[in-house]
Amino acid sequence: MKRRIYGLETEFGIIWTPDVPRRKTLTVQNVVMYLFREIVAGRMYPDVFLENGARFYQDIGCHPEYATPECDDVAELVAHDKAGERIITRLASNAERRMRNDGFYGKISIFKNNLDTPGNTYGCHENYLMERHVDFRQLAGQLIPFFVTRQVFAGAGKIKPSHRGYYAISQRAEHIREEISIGTTTARGIINTRDEPHADREKYRRLHVIVGDSNMSEFSTFLKVGTTGIILRMIEDNFIQQRFALRNPVKAIQDISDDTTCKHQIELQNGKRLSAVELQWQYLECAKRYLEQAESDSTTNQVMARWEYVLTCLESDPMQLDRELDWVIKWKWLQTYLTKRGFEWDAPQVKHLDLKYHNVRQEESLYYTLENRAEIERIVKDEQIRHAEHFPPERTRAKFRGKFIKKVNEGKVLCGVNWSYIQLYEPYQILYLSTDPFKPEFDEASRTIYSI
Amino acid sequence: MSTEKQQEHLTRDVDETEEIQLNVEPSEMDEEFVEDLDTLLDEIDEILEEDSQEFVENYIQRGGQ
Repeated sequence: MKRRIYGLETEFGIIWTPDVPRRKTLTVQNVVMYLFREIVAGRMYPDVFLENGARFYQDIGCHPEYATPECDDVAELVAHDKAGERIITRLASNAERRMRNDGFYGKISIFKNNLDTPGNTYGCHENYLMERHVDFRQLAGQLIPFFVTRQVFAGAGKIKPSHRGYYAISQRAEHIREEISIGTTTARGIINTRDEPHADREKYRRLHVIVGDSNMSEFSTFLKVGTTGIILRMIEDNFIQQRFALRNPVKAIQDISDDTTCKHQIELQNGKRLSAVELQWQYLECAKRYLEQAESDSTTNQVMARWEYVLTCLESDPMQLDRELDWVIKWKWLQTYLTKRGFEWDAPQVKHLDLKYHNVRQEESLYYTLENRAEIERIVKDEQIRHAEHFPPERTRAKFRGKFIKKVNEGKVLCGVNWSYIQLYEPYQILYLSTDPFKPEFDEASRTIYSI
Repeated sequence: MSTEKQQEHLTRDVDETEEIQLNVEPSEMDEEFVEDLDTLLDEIDEILEEDSQEFVENYIQRGGQ
């Protein structure tokens, strides 16, 4: 398949717990300042690019946010997403040391999820660079049913009050209020219209997806982004002929999330009723037909095989996916734990364990406890993640950015950096603009950087 | 009952006994599995060391995008 640029942005939840309860407390803002201190020395605002080409900054609502560098392969994107977890973990350990020096003894917890206890939400945003020529209404129309139903494999799972059925598939579903919207903090839409391509606007648009959950499982991330990439390619090539338009997409996304058997049927505008899994089968069959006549590649083949495997399992019994999908893995282990230890679903220990699933600090995390005991299917190897912590992708312009950042960090050059440009300050005074994110090197810029 | 039928009956009995014997091995695996599960549950107990009620109540964010 034709190359595409992918990126993931993750807003992390963060809290500091003192060793001695109620001794001294730190606000979330204070904790975030400690976290950023070592990488933003001398800067006005906590917002930096890293040597692997990623951006790490403080976002709305005081969340530390990690945006992966531009990747053109979904497995590589998974490695870079995981690298973000490792980087923020390292920063947290260093921040705790500095806090202790200042008399604050305690622990930082960092969660890659989408909900706090009262139900405030923060997101994981997917970015897909798309061809500009696609009609937006058509794009939205074909994507909405896909986004409403893909939660059956991409959801991160959450505990619900017992009178509402204990457990739901998606964390974000109940925060989605519109079909199409530009808002990201209120009136969140299934389709978000914030179009900042950071590239040649005549050729490209950015599809900014805010409807999905943050994933711990590499498998869920791989499938979420991989299947979406295939659907987008079919839309760009005007291949999807079926009409899956839903009667009430905002209600459907909630109803599907509430049904852990995955059997709930949603109504289409043409009066037909289908389950989320049945609708996903239709997209999968369409993708198979598409790939019979379009060029595929090994990552696409892996996405297709896993997509089919997952739908087959979901159809008979979702619990078969207790090594692959976040919502199923977490559900299985919450159930096992509460049964063995005699807790009720609404016990604080169970809610605590739900949060701990998403803790990115491995020694504190249910997810990583399971991964370390080989209870979880992986997509990438630890070596790939370690590499991604320090090195940018080779085939996108992140490579070019990463090299400059390295020179900056070595103190050899002063420059301003953004997704689409690098500006060298004294004594060079040169601006390198990159409107083609597929191009890893600029000849002229490369000559300059190798001479520094 | 003809000898032939008796013979068939006997064969079936033997088969069933063998099946039962086959089941012995998985039960040893089960024990191993239960041990593994107990260790894992102990590890989960460890990550829940702090006061769950207090931790959950304190986990409040401003909310983001």
